Amino acid sequence: MSSSKRLKQRKVLLMGKSGAGKSSMRSIVFSNYVAKDVRRLGATIDVEHSNIKFMGNLMLNLWDCGGQDGFVENYLLHSRSHVFGGVAVLIFVFDIESREFAADVINYGNIIRALEECSPNAKVFCLIHKMDLVQSGFRHSLFEQRAEHIRAASESFGEAVEFFPTSIWDQSLYKAWTQIIYFLIPNAQTIESMLQDLAEVIHAREIILYERTTCLMVTHITKGTELQNPFTDRFERISSILKTHKHSMAKHMGVPAGSANFAELQIKTGRFMFFITRLTENTNLAVSLPPYEYIFNSARVNISLMRPRFAELELSNKKRPDIGSRTESNDDSRERGEGAN
Amino acid sequence: MGDENLHQSPPISNVDQSAQQTLIRYLQDLPEADKPSASNAPSRKTPNSRANDGKPRLLLMGQRRSGKSSISSVVFHKLPPPETLYLETTTRIKKEYMHSFMDFQVWDFPGHLNYTDPSFDTEEIFGEIGALIWVIDAQDDFFDAVTKLNELIQYLQENYPEIIVEVFIHKVDGLSDDYLSDTYQIIVDRVQDELEDSGHPLGNVSFHRTSIYDHSIYEAFSKVIQKLIFEIGPLESLLTTLCANCKMEKAYLFDVLSKIYIASDLSPSDSSSYEISSEYVDLVVDISEIYGWDRNELEGGDTEQIEEDPEVGNQDAESLIVLEKKNGSYLYLKEINKYLALICIMGDDSPTDRKALIDYNVGVFQETLKQIFPR
Ligand SMILES: Nc1nc2c(ncn2[C@@H]2O[C@H](COP(=O)(O)OP(=O)(O)OP(=O)(O)O)[C@@H](O)[C@H]2O)c(=O)[nH]1
Ligand SMILES: Nc1nc2c(ncn2[C@@H]2O[C@H](COP(=O)(O)OP(=O)(O)OP(=O)(O)O)[C@@H](O)[C@H]2O)c(=O)[nH]1
Ligand SMILES: [Mg+2]
Ligand SMILES: [Mg+2]
Repeated sequence: MSSSKRLKQRKVLLMGKSGAGKSSMRSIVFSNYVAKDVRRLGATIDVEHSNIKFMGNLMLNLWDCGGQDGFVENYLLHSRSHVFGGVAVLIFVFDIESREFAADVINYGNIIRALEECSPNAKVFCLIHKMDLVQSGFRHSLFEQRAEHIRAASESFGEAVEFFPTSIWDQSLYKAWTQIIYFLIPNAQTIESMLQDLAEVIHAREIILYERTTCLMVTHITKGTELQNPFTDRFERISSILKTHKHSMAKHMGVPAGSANFAELQIKTGRFMFFITRLTENTNLAVSLPPYEYIFNSARVNISLMRPRFAELELSNKKRPDIGSRTESNDDSRERGEGAN
Repeated sequence: MGDENLHQSPPISNVDQSAQQTLIRYLQDLPEADKPSASNAPSRKTPNSRANDGKPRLLLMGQRRSGKSSISSVVFHKLPPPETLYLETTTRIKKEYMHSFMDFQVWDFPGHLNYTDPSFDTEEIFGEIGALIWVIDAQDDFFDAVTKLNELIQYLQENYPEIIVEVFIHKVDGLSDDYLSDTYQIIVDRVQDELEDSGHPLGNVSFHRTSIYDHSIYEAFSKVIQKLIFEIGPLESLLTTLCANCKMEKAYLFDVLSKIYIASDLSPSDSSSYEISSEYVDLVVDISEIYGWDRNELEGGDTEQIEEDPEVGNQDAESLIVLEKKNGSYLYLKEINKYLALICIMGDDSPTDRKALIDYNVGVFQETLKQIFPR
């Protein structure tokens, strides 16, 4: 397809031992599952591919690699260059409850060496997963301890490996994935400088750009008093709030969660005004403003005027006749139901 | 909420009393709201309160481990449901005072209470009451629970016939639909048979299926509380009129903190509408918490370079969700006063372009309500 040229394909490997929770997090972040649905997922056979289109021409080419020993052996021995070649990001998932941590680290080492050989410039993210199973007082120290061990086995990736504690039961999953996506977006700086200008023009205290399907934050601009907002986890909190809302709307309207999109959400109070509106095909913009009606109204107008300029960012090559004919992007074909087999 | 054990007070902030009442302020005022201000509280009459001091009681009774303390902690203290596993057994009556749109008390009883014991001051307990909630664990053998319930109903009908009895068939999560409807029917039949045998009608007894793991417990509480609201009739017709005027599908009046709805319009209500409305309240409260933090406490005040404008913000918080597909507004929230918010689900032909119409009608509703609930 000709359109594939304009997209920046980025290959992402999702690996870790069987049962670590790879497919669970993929289904929640990308396919509108809710946490309690993932128990129904079976073990992944071989590799499940999905293509997810993001802001700024990013086409995420996600390889969810089944973690059972036989499959892993196959990746390492028989399809080594096929699997580990051309990788932009490796996400390795560790199960915090695993009783064989030492063995997990050895397996991780094998994967790391294959990656080093075939894609030496890849970026590695390690997710220490199922943190909800650890009593909250012990989480931090256990996480640090595990991360240190894993880093030691990371060969030349060593210091550059990033670690995140995650759980499907809270917003930590969004926090980790937001960082991963941010790393992958090719033109983040361009987007940011445009948003910076926009924030200035509309007197925003803060604007946050969210990807529509996943509700993951792409980036944010924070100004003035908002820099002192005590809720530093608000970006992933809002991701999680938006995802929850999507599900409850879908349930109420009896439609798949992927089609329960709002065009706009407004909240006005005596202390702030806030709205979330669609910016481009794949993004929503959340805006927090001082509580003045005229600022609120002019911000909305200004954003609609800016929409075409942001749309261009998504369609790099100037001439793109038809936005509607996307094939492999965030459409409903990967929704729950069809996707849950 | 005057409970010592469970309630975690939000951080105290000194809110400027002259500031407008908003959802955020409502949240931050909580520590203050905890103190029931007995002196100036309007006297509220409930259908069966004798002493008429305006604070109807909800008595939570039932067998040990049936879930009484869990219900009270989840609904009134926002305890996450899984954490009820760590609740200890209740050894003496725990009284809590809820200060909201109307004051009421929740009394959580120990499971082994013997009210026939002569040393027990039944007048003190049953003399002034709103409703008695009897909790039955549907996942356990409920034979004894139903026997005890029947004895209690018998006793009450002879001594305190005005008391409303609400039976919560509880912990219905994890039960199959078939098993649940069988259990429900068996319990209802056994209570009914017993009452008929003793020559009492079923009049004052109602049944609810509840679980702390979903919305059912809030809906059941809503229905119990609605029976205690003296003005429920006028409230319902006001909401019904509002729906008709604005072509809305459904309208609820929520107590924001507890997420109990104290009234709705008279169209048939279903749990799905309640659920979406209640989750919408969560969304607005969550975002209001994130961005409604107190900027006045910042050193050097507000640094935003915006002209002085006396008309700051909305006096009462307001929110709207416009859908993409239906091409129209879908959910609407308006803060009514410190405790109450109006939530509306819009119909297919609700007027997006006629927001002024909604504003006008909601304004009228709000004014009328002020006369009913002065605070
Ligand atoms: N407690 C807890 N359980 C989780 C979490 N994430 C996933 N799980 C559980 O872990 C189990 C296995 O998850 P999967 O996602 O199928 O594992 P996988 O890594 O894809 O396994 P393979 O496909 O065999 O490689 C599921 O039953 C989930 O319920 C988490 O954050 N916390
Ligand atoms: N599955 C389920 N469990 C519940 C529910 N409500 C309460 N429980 C559990 O029931 C157990 C007993 O709950 P409590 O609230 O302490 O019961 P209680 O009636 O106050 O008990 P006493 O104070 O001893 O009379 C706890 O382990 C709760 O987690 C429910 O809706 N569903
Ligand atoms: Mg899998
Ligand atoms: Mg108890």
